[in-house]
Amino acid sequence: MAKETGIVSWKALELGITILEPGSAGQLKTGDWRSARAVTNFDTCIRCGRCYIFCPDMVYSRNEQGYYEQNYYYCKGCGICAKECPVDAITMVQEGD
Amino acid sequence: MAKRVGMEVSIAAAEAVALADVDVIAAYPITPQTHVVEHLSELVASGHLDAEFIPVESEHSAMSCCVGSAAAGARTFTSTSSQGYALMAEICYVAASLRLPIVMVTANRALSAPINIWNDHADLMMSRDTGWVQTVAENGQEVVDLIFHAFKVAEDHRVLLPVMVNMDGFILSHMIEPILIPEAEEVRRYLPPYVPKLRLDPEKPVTIGPVGMPDVYTEAKMVHDQVLKGAKDVVVEAWQSFKSQFGREYRCVETYKSEDAETILITMGSISETAMTAIDQLRGAGKKVGLVRIRLWRPFPVEELFDAIKGAKVVAVVDRAMSLNGVCGPVCAEVKSVLYDRGARPYLQNYIAGLGGRDVTVENFIEMADQVAARAQRGDPMGYEIINVRD
Repeated sequence: MAKETGIVSWKALELGITILEPGSAGQLKTGDWRSARAVTNFDTCIRCGRCYIFCPDMVYSRNEQGYYEQNYYYCKGCGICAKECPVDAITMVQEGD
Repeated sequence: MAKRVGMEVSIAAAEAVALADVDVIAAYPITPQTHVVEHLSELVASGHLDAEFIPVESEHSAMSCCVGSAAAGARTFTSTSSQGYALMAEICYVAASLRLPIVMVTANRALSAPINIWNDHADLMMSRDTGWVQTVAENGQEVVDLIFHAFKVAEDHRVLLPVMVNMDGFILSHMIEPILIPEAEEVRRYLPPYVPKLRLDPEKPVTIGPVGMPDVYTEAKMVHDQVLKGAKDVVVEAWQSFKSQFGREYRCVETYKSEDAETILITMGSISETAMTAIDQLRGAGKKVGLVRIRLWRPFPVEELFDAIKGAKVVAVVDRAMSLNGVCGPVCAEVKSVLYDRGARPYLQNYIAGLGGRDVTVENFIEMADQVAARAQRGDPMGYEIINVRD
């Protein structure tokens, strides 16, 4: 199984396309079609964690310093984090810019 | 030893399901299938059959229950007809795509409107592209035998697909016939307990029925198509082992006096016995007419059918369903494709007969055989026509 995409030969599919590994959706790179990505200015960030709470797709995780970092593997560029950030530390940057 | 008993075919079908030792039956009654599930519910209620009988509120729920029960690893049965099939159809695709070895008896009946509870093959044809293995019975004994065969094929790890046994509504379902009912021990030898390859198990969680994005859906259909194609060998193998166990022989395509025939009739289902009587009379009058009957509808027995009809100069295909304003009826469409792909071009006419319980008589078959031969001689345009229409 190509883990990032789930794309395999028809011969390699499990019986009835059953998924045998629990939670394996986490392996799928679901953030490959966003048009804009969330970028945090850590000088402004107050480490409140709202981006982490509001993100619908588990993009944010807390680092050792208490800041919330993005994992673009899952980010679809919805912009909810940027909208919710109380200090406007998050900006949406166009992909390709 | 098997006992020959006079029995209504629906009751015999239910007895066969019980002998197959099913674990779960989820079904909703509908004419003309009702007696099948009614009798099964009696067998469960009286303790003769140790199984769960789930009386559901619709056919959609019936097939949904069957999907769950088969996914849990239980030997599962249901039965329906016509409008019930229409309501169930959504989940029938799911059952096949998820590779769940459910067995269903369909008492074939016309589709509304007008509301009509009698026999034709409209429901059978609606189920055509669901990816189930489908067999079509000619008489009561065959219904019983095809039920055992259906479980054997469905549960084979090379197949793991649902199987539909088609029996003509009323004409078979409500007929009392002498039927050999085998002993439970004989059936057990032919049909050992179901061993699931994969099942729902809390100890080992799996996801059955996930979403399939555009980059996997085509592959999913490819594997389904390949498995269904390969199922033909298993279908034949299971008929061979059936023969050695029970002595009765079944093939994908049956022939009757067709070897030297100039005109061949092609049928499917119970009208084939009427057609054989007509063939006897036609032969008696010195006419070289033969019959080819399709028993295995999916996977379609392309080679077997071609072998059976390749010598014929004139062919009449009798369809008991319509593909309204298509090129021809659904059985005929398959026959034409088989012939075209092999460069064969006999004179071929399609007759639509027996819709909504209209009788198809011996005289009708004689008329069709004579008419198609005359048409061929005149070189009339080929096509389809509905017979027995009141002007």
